Amino acid sequence: MEKVYFDHAATTYVRPEVLEAMLPYFAEDYGNPSSIYEIARSAKKTLETARDKAAAALGADPAEIFFTGSGTEADNWAIRGIAELYEKKGRHIISSAIEHHAVLHTCEYLEKRGFEVTYLPVGEDGIIRVADLEKAVRPDTTLITIMTANNEIGSIQPIEEIGALARSKGIVFHTDAVQAVGHIPINVKSQNIDMLSLSAHKLYGPKGVGALYVKKGIPLRSFIFGGGQERGRRAGTENIPGIVALGKAIELAVSEMEEESRRLSALRDKLIDGILSSVPHTFLNGSSVKRLPNNVNVSFEFIEGESLLLLLDMKGIFASSGSACTSGSLDPSHVLLAIGLPHEKAHGSLRITLGRSSTEGQVEYFLKELPPIVSRLRDMSPLFEEYLKISDPARVSG
Amino acid sequence: MNPRNVGEIEDPSGVGTVGNVKCGDIMKVYLKITGEGIVEDAKFKTFGCGAAVATSSMATEMIKGRSIDDALHITNKAVMDALDGLPPIKVHCSCLAEEALHAALWDYSQKNGLAIDGLKPPVNDIEELHEGAFA
Ligand SMILES: Cc1ncc(COP(=O)(O)O)c(C=O)c1O
Repeated sequence: MEKVYFDHAATTYVRPEVLEAMLPYFAEDYGNPSSIYEIARSAKKTLETARDKAAAALGADPAEIFFTGSGTEADNWAIRGIAELYEKKGRHIISSAIEHHAVLHTCEYLEKRGFEVTYLPVGEDGIIRVADLEKAVRPDTTLITIMTANNEIGSIQPIEEIGALARSKGIVFHTDAVQAVGHIPINVKSQNIDMLSLSAHKLYGPKGVGALYVKKGIPLRSFIFGGGQERGRRAGTENIPGIVALGKAIELAVSEMEEESRRLSALRDKLIDGILSSVPHTFLNGSSVKRLPNNVNVSFEFIEGESLLLLLDMKGIFASSGSACTSGSLDPSHVLLAIGLPHEKAHGSLRITLGRSSTEGQVEYFLKELPPIVSRLRDMSPLFEEYLKISDPARVSG
Repeated sequence: MNPRNVGEIEDPSGVGTVGNVKCGDIMKVYLKITGEGIVEDAKFKTFGCGAAVATSSMATEMIKGRSIDDALHITNKAVMDALDGLPPIKVHCSCLAEEALHAALWDYSQKNGLAIDGLKPPVNDIEELHEGAFA
């Protein structure tokens, strides 16, 4: 059976060029960059080359890039770092209702410590309104943290305007760009970004390595204490193979972005049109315009997402859902609730995220397999039965 | 996922619906009960995750052929055991399956003016299904 991986927002495979680039640093050039002999010097050099590449991808200076152990760590460091650094000036943070848990749970931690956080609402399109942001700003606001692009519904925020507003008010602007880097153009200078988190495993690098961009002049303190790595700001012997891979992956992603995003946008639109036209009672979640090139998120009324995933899995199709059963709690995705979906429609969501391995053939296969699966689940659904009775009272049934 | 007993029964002796759309699981069980009080047939419809479908399928399978007294002893634990266990986060699905059987039996007892020992009215009956589900 064909295997169709439609979950690239969860993680990507390590592409061969990246794997090849990282391999020598396990068993050959395995030196610790802090040492002074030859194999260590080569490790040190590689580390700085990777930093140059990450910086170039963002339009930043290499001295502004700090490697971390994940996107999550970068988010934690940025938010807690700024909150605590400017605590004397104020204890108010502005974020959004649709952030990743790496941001939300960090904000919640700070709230328990006496900080105040305003979570900006989003429209049906999954996008904040800059006017809301402007209204939320207070004299004691020290940080605005709003993601560049959402991991569930792919909505893209007006980063440049948010950054401009933050700058005009003297507030630090951090953005979680984990889903955006290598997928849509980013330039920290032209977009007025002060801090940015990214992660290698969303752009065909390995898991467990990320980076935080920190604009020069922001005296962010160390978050992990120990040795003097990363210019004394992030202790711990560097994950050289991972960092090399991040550098290679980000370089490739940015150089191929224009062509790849055009290709993926076409597949995405074919999927969206195909799903909406072949399955009744189905709608798109998030913006149809300001949307990541690889993201499709739809809700099928009357059915539940996890059972849909199981039936798709039986056809070799791997996707994800915002239903409660897949979130590991009793509530469906906070993102889908934030765009105004009632619970049962959030439970019936399906996320497809395309990537380098996605083909037209896979999209066609999916579009062929999907409608009978949805019909089967609807035939099984008491909600659908109820709907049919209401919409067609002539139909008699138990 | 290949559940048994999916569907409806025409003129059922009892129907029970439990769960709510908020938590994402709704089970509806239909029973056909003979004059002698034997469950002749059982069918279900479920909106929910794989475990909810599996427990509905198993519970309806287990109740078929049983007397009402016997049927009352189908507990969520028995359903879970028959499925070789469930992860902790899915245990509530088996509870819902037990409640759905009981709700259908309750409906049967109400329709027939019977008092069945040990059977209580369903607590988990759903309101949302009729109020907000299609808004
Ligand atoms: C938007 C967003 N932020 C942060 C993360 C966390 O990144 P990591 O998996 O590297 O910790 C992810 C990925 O899971 C994400 O999608």
